[in-house]
Amino acid sequence: MALRERLVVIGNGMAGCRAVEEILARDPARYSVTIFGAEPRVNYNRIMLSPVLAGEKTFDEIVINSAEWYAENGIHLIAGDPVDHIDRERRTVISRSGRVEPYDKLLIATGSDPFVIPVPGRELPGVVTFRDLDDVDKMLAAAEQGGSAVVIGGGLLGLEAAHGLSLRGMRVTVIHLMPTLMERQLDEAAGWLLKTELERRGQTILTEADTEVILEKDGHVAGVRLKDGREIAADLVVMAVGIRPNTALARGAHLECERGILVDDHMVTSDPAILAVGECVQHRGQCYGLVAPLWDMCRALADHVTDAPTGYEGSVTSTKLKVSGIEVFSAGDFSGGEGTEDVVMRDAARGVYKRVVLRDDKLIGAVLYGDTADGSWYFDLLKKGEDVADIRDALIFGQAYASGGALADPNAAVAALSDDAEICGCNGVSKGKIVETIRAGACSLAAVRSQCKASASCGSCTGLVEGLLALTLGDEVQQGAKTLCGCTSYSHDDVRRVILERELKAIPEVMQQLHWSTPDGCASCRPALNYYLLCAWPGEYVDDQKSRFVNERMHANIQKDGTYSVVPRMWGGLTNPRELRAIADVVEKYDAPMVKVTGGQRLDIFGIRKEDLPAVWADLNAAGMVSGHAYGKSLRTVKTCVGSEWCRFGTQDSTGLGVRIEQMTWGSWMPHKFKIAVSGCPRNCAEATIKDFGVVCVDSGYELHVGGNGGMKLRGTDLLCKVATEAGALEHCAAFIQLYREQAHYLERTAPWIERVGLDHVKASLFGDPDAVRRYAARFRFSQQFMQDDPWAQRAAGDRRDLHSHLGEVRPLTLETI
Amino acid sequence: MSPLWLDIGPASQIEPGSARTLPVLGGEEIAVFHTVRGEVYALVNKCPHKQGPLSQGIVHGDSVTCPLHNYRISLRTGEALGDDKGCTPTIPLKVEAGRIFLLRKAVLGRAAA
Repeated sequence: MALRERLVVIGNGMAGCRAVEEILARDPARYSVTIFGAEPRVNYNRIMLSPVLAGEKTFDEIVINSAEWYAENGIHLIAGDPVDHIDRERRTVISRSGRVEPYDKLLIATGSDPFVIPVPGRELPGVVTFRDLDDVDKMLAAAEQGGSAVVIGGGLLGLEAAHGLSLRGMRVTVIHLMPTLMERQLDEAAGWLLKTELERRGQTILTEADTEVILEKDGHVAGVRLKDGREIAADLVVMAVGIRPNTALARGAHLECERGILVDDHMVTSDPAILAVGECVQHRGQCYGLVAPLWDMCRALADHVTDAPTGYEGSVTSTKLKVSGIEVFSAGDFSGGEGTEDVVMRDAARGVYKRVVLRDDKLIGAVLYGDTADGSWYFDLLKKGEDVADIRDALIFGQAYASGGALADPNAAVAALSDDAEICGCNGVSKGKIVETIRAGACSLAAVRSQCKASASCGSCTGLVEGLLALTLGDEVQQGAKTLCGCTSYSHDDVRRVILERELKAIPEVMQQLHWSTPDGCASCRPALNYYLLCAWPGEYVDDQKSRFVNERMHANIQKDGTYSVVPRMWGGLTNPRELRAIADVVEKYDAPMVKVTGGQRLDIFGIRKEDLPAVWADLNAAGMVSGHAYGKSLRTVKTCVGSEWCRFGTQDSTGLGVRIEQMTWGSWMPHKFKIAVSGCPRNCAEATIKDFGVVCVDSGYELHVGGNGGMKLRGTDLLCKVATEAGALEHCAAFIQLYREQAHYLERTAPWIERVGLDHVKASLFGDPDAVRRYAARFRFSQQFMQDDPWAQRAAGDRRDLHSHLGEVRPLTLETI
Repeated sequence: MSPLWLDIGPASQIEPGSARTLPVLGGEEIAVFHTVRGEVYALVNKCPHKQGPLSQGIVHGDSVTCPLHNYRISLRTGEALGDDKGCTPTIPLKVEAGRIFLLRKAVLGRAAA
């Protein structure tokens, strides 16, 4: 009998064993196989460790190859004695116990190691990784004692660990560095849905949380402290931040490695006698941490070593989260970008989010949350690279619609429904009823919503109703109110109404509930939503700085050269020597090229670099000045004339009233910028009748004017009312501002707003009910409690330094001289 | 010999959904973007339209809206999107173990000119 070639496999995991299986299936007689395993047990399905932790499976159920399999195939298993060294010259491997094993072909399948973040305390008892059965045993032992667990890492592995520990009765906190969970597999919208569901199940999820140190008490782990100072008590800390290829042996043997062991398309390393497969390899620049690529690699490897080479060309991967009751699927490239198109479907009532990404009429990526039934169908389309142009319209509805021949047109799908089919589940409206409403004259989506309530609640049937409109009316369908932006089919008013009705309190939540068609909005809708939420939930909503236009993020006005201008607040346009000296000092100290008196009676310092802003503000704060909000969709200035204190014509204390109005209103965010003026007599030196809110003092009291604009389109104010006292003027000012804040569209000044809704509407809102002014004013004052924090003082004290400082500076070592 | 890549520190220094700046002595300032999805891109910090500082724009998906005149610029290609025309140079980079490495040649190439 010819002597068999000796194949030695380092690694008794999924990759090593699968490769052997594939080789045996092709040529069972060719190799004499020896497998070294570091763990003292047979080969098991590592990806099923999560269900073992969760108590849904036992170890025996996840064994892939039993002891009999090794025996039947004549495989020599050396478990619990890892290989320490490869001697390429002699073609032998040496194990930890000193065993020397010669090879003709060597297969490295050492997999990957959990990445342990280098924080103090990482070696404490009670800190574990989540990689093998020993880790699971440690976690189960800890869970038996009860108490709290912290899982560091909100990726696939971390969330599965958190789920298991939670089911085992521990209080679990997940700490994740990024803003959304599983950011590599899910887009922001799906990540947010997942977070919400996990929180509903009792886990605490901390995103954008960076671990600083693992805390110790009596020689055991006691908790985790984050970089922002928060501490979370824990009896168990699980590190699940990621894996990295285990290349130690290969590097020791001087095989070429980068992130992983470099292999060619036949899984051959830089030494032709040595192959490598699985998570330890790097193939065409890619390292994989999922199981599917491993099967493909093993096939190519087996083909090669049995002299029928085919080659591995890399894998497109898909991911499914193994947390019972939560369905999440993703595949391919869903990062969007140039030349790609998104098709998004959101069904808020069912908690479903689906997104497929197309390029050149081919499916290149998919993210599914809540309903993953079509995951495999999408994945199949993606891998085959099939042209989906013909089924594109129905693609998002899944295979049943898209492949249904006659149903390939979504309108045909609606047409095929019977008259008594229920279209709107929320309001129980049938197809027949909707068609009847349309025939009776409802020619737009808005009309259908208001007349029969279909699609007026959760909106998930909007597409079907639009289909019925198109079928019934053809081209006569009227487009509804202008939508907030291209990301949504909802109007500004709808968005504001739904935020209040459903108590939506975060931007991703609004986008999900209102079926946004982009993953994270655009530069139009993000600032609008941020304002609407801020207005709806004062003191509760946390402002999203990323959704702020640059001026509001930097608290200064950007200029064409990228520098900023700074306007300190001067109440009512009044100033004093101390303030003027501070401004003069700032101008000299920072070499500001220009100072300008503005139309709103302030001083504007130009040419300040973003790095210098906090220091400039500190200097101005020291002289008692706060932010002038010259940069915001907010109260800008209250312009005054000198009034009865000095002016021989003055009828009232217009400067004093201006100062008091400014003190009441400063810092309030608005739909657009908002200017106020107070004139002491009808000569109107403060130009109050071209302001958003203007007061003209007369002998008998105060005339209150609204809706003026001196800008692009000149508009004189409308007289709102006349009041007798200064307190009355202040109260009406607060009430009018609040009405505008609650009702106008984002980026709509008071002038176009009043033109749109009518002065009668404004008057009816404020005076229709004798208590209305008091209620609006009270809501404004409540909101102001949270607004009147000087943003400059916060920045000057060191808040958000990252917005003002450079990452670093590149100074080339040699500069060419002329 | 200087290495091929320039290590500019961990990606965690840049809040996802925003950008930070890297001045180059004698060269063009670079804006390094970190998207909400965790991707990192580097571009010359100048809009092709009127040289607005792109680092200060609102970042959405993998594009940024210039703060001066609302040009939308692709972070992947530097090209203006929609009906606008123009292109901002991009700086090749890689992220390894959470750190950002810019292609040194691309960073300094502009400084030497």
